[in-house]
Amino acid sequence: MIEVENLTKKYGDLVAVKNLSFKVEKGKIWGLLGPNAAGKTTTMRILTGYLPATDGKASVADYDVFEKPNDVKKITGYLPENVPLYPEMTVHSYLNFVAEIKQIPAPQRKEAVEKSVEISGLETVRRRLIKNISRGFKQRVGIAQALIHNPQVLVLDEPTIGLDPAQIIEIRQLIKSLKGKRTILLSTHILAEVTQTCDGVVIINEGNLMASGSLEELTASFKEKEGIVIRLKKGGKSIISLLQKILGVDKVSAVGDEFKIEWTKGKDVRDDITKLIVDKELGLIEMRPLAMNIEDLYLKVISGGVEQ
Amino acid sequence: MKNIWAICKKEIKTYFTSPIAYVVITVFLVLIGFFFYSLIWWFNSQSLQMAQNQYYYQQLNINQMVYSPLFHNMSIILLLMIPLLTMRLFSEEKKRQTDELLFTSPISVNQIILGKYFASLFVLLVMLFLTGILSIFVFSYGNPELAPILSGYLGLFLVGAAFLAVGIFFSSLTENQIVSAILTFGVLLLFWILNWASYSAGGMWKSVLNYLSFFQHFDDMTRGILDTTDVVYYLSFIFLGLFLTYSVIQSRRWR
Ligand SMILES: Nc1ncnc2c1ncn2[C@@H]1O[C@H](COP(=O)(O)OP(=O)(O)OP(=O)(O)O)[C@@H](O)[C@H]1O
Ligand SMILES: [Mg+2]
Repeated sequence: MIEVENLTKKYGDLVAVKNLSFKVEKGKIWGLLGPNAAGKTTTMRILTGYLPATDGKASVADYDVFEKPNDVKKITGYLPENVPLYPEMTVHSYLNFVAEIKQIPAPQRKEAVEKSVEISGLETVRRRLIKNISRGFKQRVGIAQALIHNPQVLVLDEPTIGLDPAQIIEIRQLIKSLKGKRTILLSTHILAEVTQTCDGVVIINEGNLMASGSLEELTASFKEKEGIVIRLKKGGKSIISLLQKILGVDKVSAVGDEFKIEWTKGKDVRDDITKLIVDKELGLIEMRPLAMNIEDLYLKVISGGVEQ
Repeated sequence: MKNIWAICKKEIKTYFTSPIAYVVITVFLVLIGFFFYSLIWWFNSQSLQMAQNQYYYQQLNINQMVYSPLFHNMSIILLLMIPLLTMRLFSEEKKRQTDELLFTSPISVNQIILGKYFASLFVLLVMLFLTGILSIFVFSYGNPELAPILSGYLGLFLVGAAFLAVGIFFSSLTENQIVSAILTFGVLLLFWILNWASYSAGGMWKSVLNYLSFFQHFDDMTRGILDTTDVVYYLSFIFLGLFLTYSVIQSRRWR
């Protein structure tokens, strides 16, 4: 439904997006995940026809974004990073205006406004001026605005930013409830958002693609290795070499006062490790499975430790 | 057409929910009322003086002595007021980033520009229409000719429409409303000055400057002379302003 191919965007000398390619299938929610200045907003602006790309292709529902921008705009709902609101309008008249410029024919307009008010939970504030409603409601007006023409595709740029925890949960719930008929691409720099709401993820950093795929695919690719993290009363280099001598252990590394032990999936060496700890009286404080998942990957991306 | 109307309606609403339109219209009317009052007062005293002389009395003409200078004053006040009407049109959208909504909606840039431009024309029409109240007094106490008044108003409308086109262009250039207003002032004043310069210039320059000046074209109209070249001048000015606005918006997005 959404296809991006070798997309590049330069602002003068600054390359905001480099050769980015990904694909979102119909009816799925995908997350565009990346730290600040990764190029998320830029990518979304290109997809929605706000900005032209420097190079590459992008299409929504088989309409090329650059050749048929109006067809794309008709079927796409977009929540920009800064919700585009007119503070001096009421929620109702704002939504009515959006309905007009999204080409909803006059007879259906009223119903469309009603529906988006209902879905976004705006009933209580619909007659109030936008400048007087709270941040959370403004965000909802933004979502209502994106939904008003019942678009097949939704592009949401950081839909939960600036909200309190309760509101974040509500908005996530709302987004999940939109799934099915619609294809959704949402951007975020919070990993939990992706694991909780999305089917797949595109991780980008400084305009480069780091990883992409459905959550299952990505977790599966990490499943080849297993490991644990242990914390001991005693420390020191000697313990690393002791642990390394255990048959089957691939790698031992010290992270702070903890030791990370990894082995190839299948040969469980946990028993041997416990035996060693008890025999040598190392004093076990804590032992937990090592999280080999996208969290680690994303942490590495953020800390700049990914080679690719 | 529907899209232009949607934008236009929203802009008119914004004009009249913010104090801007009210303030501009009120100040405009107060100033015009003042000019009108002093012109009528002057005309009256002239009439009293000339009442003794039948020949001169015949020469008194309220169209020439009141309306023609009044129209000139109105055009100058429009010059001062119109930048305040146009400054927000695009600057504010850009500043608030609401342009992202407009430009990702299935409407064209042309339709957005025209919608906004028509809304500002509407405010201009309201301003001019309200000054018409003054003429009710004139018609109930005297008998001026109607045709020069109408052509004068047409002239004012065209001048104002050209000013608005300049204003909307500068509004598309910057996201700062003050900067947009000042640039519009600057250019409009420059055109006013061109008018003076044409008095002292000679030969070909004189006719070039004369042609470029807003006011030369307007002058005939205030005296009831309707010439198509004058109308064409204003229409091409408006077209140029709107076309440049379009180019600026396109090039900004495609940079
Ligand atoms: N209009 C612009 N002109 C010049 N540079 C820009 C422009 N917009 C974005 N950039 C730059 O492009 C890079 C990517 O920006 P972008 O806004 O796409 O990042 P992002 O992933 O959305 O970040 P954030 O999480 O902070 O919203 C940044 O380095 C930014 O400074
Ligand atoms: Mg962003």
